Amino acid sequence: MAVQDNIGGAPPRTSLLNDPVFRGIIYQVLVAAAVIGFAAWIVLNTAQNLAMQNKTTGFDFLFRTAGFDISFTLFPWSRTSLYWQAFVAGLLNTLLVAVIGIFFATIIGFTLGIARLSSNWLISRVATVYIETIRNIPLLLQLFFWYFAVLKAMPAVRDSFLLPLGIYINQRGIMVPKPLPDHEFIWVAVAFVLCLVAAIAIGVWATRQRTLTGHYPSSIVLAARVANAVVMFALGYLAFALLGQIIPGLATPMVAAIAALVLVAISFTPYRPYAGAFVASAITFVVAAFLLGGMFNAVPTIAVQLVALLIGLAVGWMMLERIGTAPVDASKFPTALPILVVVGIPLVLYWLIGAELAFEPPVLQRFNFQGGVQLPPELVALVFGLSIYTAAFIAENVRGGIRAVSHGQTEAAQSLGLKEGDRLRLVIVPQAMRVIVPPLTSQYLNLTKNSSLGAAIGYPELVNVFTGTTLNQTGKAIEVIALTMAVYLTFSLVTSAFMNWYNGRVALVER
Amino acid sequence: MSQVSETTVERNIKTSGMQVSKTDVAIDVIGMHKWYSDFHVLRDINLKVMRGERIVIAGPSGSGKSTLIRCINRLEEHQEGQIIVNGTELTADLKRIDDVRREVGMVFQHFNLFPHLTILQNLTLAPIWVRGIPKAEAEATAMHYLERVKIPEQANKFPGQLSGGQQQRVAIARSLCMKPSIMLFDEPTSALDPEMVKEVLEVMISLAEDGMTMICVTHEMGFARQVANRVIFMDQGQIIEQNDPENFFSNPQHERTKLFLSQILH
Amino acid sequence: MTMDLGFVRKEFVPSKPAPGRTGGPILWAQKNLFSTPTDTLFTVIGILFLLWAVPPLYNFIIGHAVMPGGTVEDCRVEGAGACWAYIYARFNFFIYGFYPIQEYWRPNIVFVMLAALIIPLLMPTAPFKRINALLFFVVFPVVSFYLLHGGVFGMRYVPTEQWGGLMVTLIISLVGIICSIPLGILLALGRQSKLPIIKTLCVLFIELWRAVPLITVLFMASIMLPLFMPAGTTVDKLLRALVGVTLFSSAYLAETVRGGLQALPRGQFEAGASLGLGYWKRTYFIILPQALKHVIPGIVNNFIALFKDTSLVSIVGIFDLLNTVQSASSDIEWASPTQAVTGYVFAAFVFWIFCFAMSRYSLWMERRLDTGHKR
Ligand SMILES: Nc1ncnc2c1ncn2[C@@H]1O[C@H](COP(=O)(O)OP(=O)(O)O)[C@@H](O)[C@H]1O
Ligand SMILES: [Mg+2]
Repeated sequence: MAVQDNIGGAPPRTSLLNDPVFRGIIYQVLVAAAVIGFAAWIVLNTAQNLAMQNKTTGFDFLFRTAGFDISFTLFPWSRTSLYWQAFVAGLLNTLLVAVIGIFFATIIGFTLGIARLSSNWLISRVATVYIETIRNIPLLLQLFFWYFAVLKAMPAVRDSFLLPLGIYINQRGIMVPKPLPDHEFIWVAVAFVLCLVAAIAIGVWATRQRTLTGHYPSSIVLAARVANAVVMFALGYLAFALLGQIIPGLATPMVAAIAALVLVAISFTPYRPYAGAFVASAITFVVAAFLLGGMFNAVPTIAVQLVALLIGLAVGWMMLERIGTAPVDASKFPTALPILVVVGIPLVLYWLIGAELAFEPPVLQRFNFQGGVQLPPELVALVFGLSIYTAAFIAENVRGGIRAVSHGQTEAAQSLGLKEGDRLRLVIVPQAMRVIVPPLTSQYLNLTKNSSLGAAIGYPELVNVFTGTTLNQTGKAIEVIALTMAVYLTFSLVTSAFMNWYNGRVALVER
Repeated sequence: MSQVSETTVERNIKTSGMQVSKTDVAIDVIGMHKWYSDFHVLRDINLKVMRGERIVIAGPSGSGKSTLIRCINRLEEHQEGQIIVNGTELTADLKRIDDVRREVGMVFQHFNLFPHLTILQNLTLAPIWVRGIPKAEAEATAMHYLERVKIPEQANKFPGQLSGGQQQRVAIARSLCMKPSIMLFDEPTSALDPEMVKEVLEVMISLAEDGMTMICVTHEMGFARQVANRVIFMDQGQIIEQNDPENFFSNPQHERTKLFLSQILH
Repeated sequence: MTMDLGFVRKEFVPSKPAPGRTGGPILWAQKNLFSTPTDTLFTVIGILFLLWAVPPLYNFIIGHAVMPGGTVEDCRVEGAGACWAYIYARFNFFIYGFYPIQEYWRPNIVFVMLAALIIPLLMPTAPFKRINALLFFVVFPVVSFYLLHGGVFGMRYVPTEQWGGLMVTLIISLVGIICSIPLGILLALGRQSKLPIIKTLCVLFIELWRAVPLITVLFMASIMLPLFMPAGTTVDKLLRALVGVTLFSSAYLAETVRGGLQALPRGQFEAGASLGLGYWKRTYFIILPQALKHVIPGIVNNFIALFKDTSLVSIVGIFDLLNTVQSASSDIEWASPTQAVTGYVFAAFVFWIFCFAMSRYSLWMERRLDTGHKR
């Protein structure tokens, strides 16, 4: 017996009622009628209710004066601003927090995801505990915690904590120095951007030449040797300057410069790993001593420095194994060159044209800070909460993506003689990213949607400014909520458009 | 007690009409043991493979065949004894391991092609990045080997678009592109449908005819008879018996070998 | 004899222990903590981090904490840890909100019924699944509603404004999931349907709710729902939130169920059709039981998300667990520097226990279903 697989399911019979196509049409008509009827009922009720409350509908309210304050906006705001400007202000604040949050969530999330797969038991355990704790606690609770329990519990303005670099932290948020670039500085910024582009171009070009000819171009190799020496000098100087902070006597520029030159000289001999290892240990030692000093202020300095020294030595040991004894040659990617281009050229320009980038530090006046930039606690708490929460989910996506690449891929790459760096770059990462990017995008969307919880701690984002204040003042519930939803709907559509495009582009071709 | 005497091996090779000198030892495994934590998986393995020799390893599942050949390019590390490949002893030294892996090709049961790269890219990846061969030259070599495995027309497809047999032939070609002096095969045909086994075996036979040093883990006894210089039978992590194929099949000595052969040859 | 050409092993090499140590804590540490310089460095950093983070945490939660029985003065002492005495004193408020004390037995019965019904429902091997499900999804909500709400059988009427705490958190998430399961299934079936109008409507519904944040849905429910109703009807505040939560979570659930439907082998649909069963019978007897079994982990994950999301109802003024904790933190009677933090830690712990347990359950189910599937 031939069986049709269709929605009616029954084998064709004579009765029209049993004809699947006819039934399908009937169903649809019924459902459509019900939906239309329901919608009409709602519209009628709403119209009646609005009429009773003497309310009108329409978007003309957008062009009326808002007359309320917004605590934090990205453009000048006054009480005379209009409602549509309030909408834009909220939207911009949402986007601001989303962008910052996505930045940090990505960094923390990738770090945690990789840490969780680490063969180091301790590191993977710490990452697991983080993930399992954070993702099982409501985001709103975490926001309340950061806002009410941490930031609002900071000392009053008068007793602000002073962090390094002239940053203050108190109940009213974080005060950071305000950069005041002068006219010439714009050229330095332009140079920086151009150098960044140039560095990427150099990298791409060098890699292309490497595949085409089998080795990096000799001009690049020569430049990389020079760059290596310069970077080594800069790092060596930095290392000694930093060491001078802990061991007095090393602090003079003369000593540091001579020592750095010695390191550069060593880096041209087969003993170059030792130069690199020394610089790495010295810098790590000072940074670690400083950080640990801050973390454990109850512990005697000498003990802290001892531990920092151990960490420095471990890093040095690590570098010793990583840095090859051979000098830069045509088979190694010239890492130092792009770094030097991006950092060095703008610095030289800065010095040559006498540009100046001054910082206006926040200064404590009678009641509040003058100068500097104030990051409101609501923004800080929201960024904290969103990035920490979303990072836990991103970490799981990253872990899943890496694990989705079978071990056979690594083994095949190994058996072809590919080194670890190349294995990751050419085989593992490209495959893992295909798996990671789609859920990562939806985490970004989630973070953006979750930024609406900022309303609960008073951060003036879209929902707070618009669905909250504007709605309360105008009473235009339908218009306001529809507009807000339209915004999020747009975000969502853009995201899924991107995902479709990406999936279509990277989909593995199968039979 | 367990070491195969050198003369035996040499004579064995001589019977296949080849010249032997000391430098012609491709792989030398001496008194090698391996453990997976507490599990003694390889026990006192002694195996000398001469250049140009073709060896087939057979044995029941779980006897340690894969582990043995994976030790030879150090996808697994051994704990006792020595493994010397092309005169280089395998130790924890990463550099030496890379040197050895460059010279030793490996073909896996499940192909392990890189699914995100085209066939041609699969074949040129290692020559370009490991050997530093210019792209054009690497592609020419790749096409040469693709022709050799009889699928040049698939060069720009992705692995997912190929049949299992075709994928395995690409995997062989990928190894050959590195111009290895030794090829290891770990059950290259056991994940394939029967009709595809033949096309892969044909490629392997032609390799053998060109004098490639090969170690094959396989249960294809026809293949063993046709190309092997020696057949090795493993069980419970040790080499139980080895012989030239003629004698191995017609006159197995050890009880376990007899049992195994009776099962595998019906 | 060709024996001399070959080799035959005479004696079996016995298994011997691996050289060096293979077990023991030292070797374990060497392998898992100090195998390479990088590894060692990370271990040191990890240990320093723990040394920095754990002692203050321990002191706050246990070491210097004021245990139940302590007084507010103890909590105000400089350097005091968590004020558990405050949690203990306000415990009932966090669980029942403003529910009258004499009537606590009513929510308690509901809690017991919940546990008695949900545990066997979640155990794959427990018998009477159909009856159990019927009791849980139909009888339990009705009985619970009358028990909590009162006004019948001589029970005192307790308006929903007085409900609060963990009780409300549980009510919202349970009602949300119980109502959104049938809705989600219908939507998922609709989305898979070949009838264009039905499919379009379902897709629109699902994608709209999934696109917007829950907070806007809750605002919509609490502000617009009264507008949509015939003039004069008042809608209970809790009910408005429930409608919002249900609409929202049904959209997510629909996608989970759709995943299960898509995972079913095509043969199942055809087998159903070849038996001559109509669409609804086929779906009910053949498709759904299999699809739902496979999406249990997904449904539990939806439930976890919903359970966490219920905390948002505090924004529209409902006294769920988070809101009771939040409002109690301005309680002058227990004012102390650690009062707010203690409240958050307590609430976080409660949420965490529920969510963590459920996520473990979901993982366990997933593994179980996986192996069951492979045969
Ligand atoms: N990574 C591993 N860890 C622990 N035991 C393993 C591992 N790989 C293989 N084994 C065990 O070692 C034995 C030999 O495996 P294998 O070399 O794969 O056998 P064969 O290839 O002969 O079938 C088997 O008992 C297997 O269970
Ligand atoms: Mg095997």
